[in-house]
Amino acid sequence: MAPATSPTGSDHTGSRRRPFWTMERRDALAGYLFIAPQLIGITIFVLIPLCLVFWFSLHEWNVLAARFTYTGAANYKALLSDPGLGEVFGATAIFSLGLVVLNMSLALLLAVLLSQKLTGITVFRTLFFSPVVVSLVAWTIVWSFLLQKNGGLNAILQVFGLEGSNWLRDPTTAMISVIVVQVFKNVGLNMILFLAALQGVPKELYEAARVDGVSPFKQFRRITVPLISPTILLTSIITIVGSLQVFAQIAVLTQGGPGMSTTVLVYYLYQQAFQFHRFGYGSTLSIVLFVIVAVLTFVQWQMRKRIVFYER
Amino acid sequence: MNGELSPRMKVVVYGLMSVLLIPFVFPTWWMVTSSIKPISDIFAFPPEIVPSRLDLSTYAKVFELQPFAQQYWNSAYIAAVVTVGTMLFSSMAGYAFARIRFPFANTLFMIVLLGLLIPSEVTIVPLFRIFLSWGMVNTHWPLILVPIFGAPSVFATFVMRQYFIALPVELEEAARVDGLGRFKIFRTIALPLARPALGAVGIFTFLHSWNLYLEPIVFLSSPEKFTLPQALTQFTDAYGGAMWNIQLAAATMTAIPVLIVFIVAQKQFIEGLAHTGLKG
Repeated sequence: MAPATSPTGSDHTGSRRRPFWTMERRDALAGYLFIAPQLIGITIFVLIPLCLVFWFSLHEWNVLAARFTYTGAANYKALLSDPGLGEVFGATAIFSLGLVVLNMSLALLLAVLLSQKLTGITVFRTLFFSPVVVSLVAWTIVWSFLLQKNGGLNAILQVFGLEGSNWLRDPTTAMISVIVVQVFKNVGLNMILFLAALQGVPKELYEAARVDGVSPFKQFRRITVPLISPTILLTSIITIVGSLQVFAQIAVLTQGGPGMSTTVLVYYLYQQAFQFHRFGYGSTLSIVLFVIVAVLTFVQWQMRKRIVFYER
Repeated sequence: MNGELSPRMKVVVYGLMSVLLIPFVFPTWWMVTSSIKPISDIFAFPPEIVPSRLDLSTYAKVFELQPFAQQYWNSAYIAAVVTVGTMLFSSMAGYAFARIRFPFANTLFMIVLLGLLIPSEVTIVPLFRIFLSWGMVNTHWPLILVPIFGAPSVFATFVMRQYFIALPVELEEAARVDGLGRFKIFRTIALPLARPALGAVGIFTFLHSWNLYLEPIVFLSSPEKFTLPQALTQFTDAYGGAMWNIQLAAATMTAIPVLIVFIVAQKQFIEGLAHTGLKG
């Protein structure tokens, strides 16, 4: 970046009398002051709440009845016998898996297309990215409008002589709709990260492969994917953890329905705690969510050794 | 792969991109055009891709049914405060973790990174309890404090730290030899150099705050306190059915200003995101 003005290599340790506030001590103090706001904030708004959520999960706590009683593992037993929980886990797994697979493959496809040297490519890049900056609830409302039985999508299908479904009211299409709406909203982020990674792949590798007659598909598998694997890993972690946090889309598009087919864990947690006022049980569900996020992150970091062939 | 494409391949690539573009662009177009159609036309068949008649009275109704100007201001000022606060605190923390040596730095960094594992959805119940005891339920404080200090700020700190690590250290060392203190070095040398990372952090933070939905509906209960995402879902008739044209007009007003800022500044926007932090 800026031209480095070379230091004269001066050394401060040779001073005659060491004052208390040495360079090191002043530096350490500055360090603590610099991180203090963040550290105090994390403690108050993340770490203490995490301890509290565990504490609350051992209680029956009904806000309306102002009841807060210690019940030990009762909430965890209730968890195991909760008839809805199987469906919630199912919906969460389908949503997260569907979202990650669709998001990552579409992002990679778009990134490869956008890495071509073509006129007007930045216009395409801007347009593919644009939903990322559209307000999430606004985006979801338009899709809800489009996916109504008499909405825009079915009207367009009808023009072509096709009959659409009642997308948000049919259990199968409801889940697909929620996934697809979310993918189009956010795939631009991963696309840009992949695009940056693709531009870091040395061109000579492709030229050498071409000379050797390697097909473009094989070039992609043998050169591109291994070389951008750090980015693939990072984006997959971000995307999976993000997919577990999905809430607004479900609340606006399906309210968890039809039945419980799109009730993912965070939405269920919200329902139990803030609609049915079961704060204790809601806290137990929070612990479940926390464990899932922690395990997934841990597993993916472990996988790093196996799938990442190349590190910057 | 990255060489010149043959003319035939070019046509294929352009064609494929144009088809793929439809679900990315059409919803926004449909939102804007439907919001200016008379209510009788929004479910017309065949669908009117370009509106034949205009009715702008819907936009006035948005302001009649909800304190929409107030809600707009709420969202805007909260996002602004959160963005500035996050940029300040996470650049400070990121700088310290990248540059300053102090005891337990690594342990403390690990503690901060824990925040990434604990999205605010996990802690929403105790957060509600805490803000209740502070008398801050139905105020904007939770929407300001939690993002500035919670999980999103940890991501920002991480991005800033990565950027500072990659900066050449010589300039700062020269300044230290000249006897400049850490705060001065941070403010006058390191921070100006980190402008691209700060920009990316600012954009991420703003969008995150602007889109926040769970926290507002948990913490806020009176319409004049609502933020935009929450307000958008309030335009329903007596039976809870959506008043589509009014909802879409409100959605348009929410989405379009940010979209325009993005299109004007798209180069810095996208490149800022691509070239900071997320690289190893």
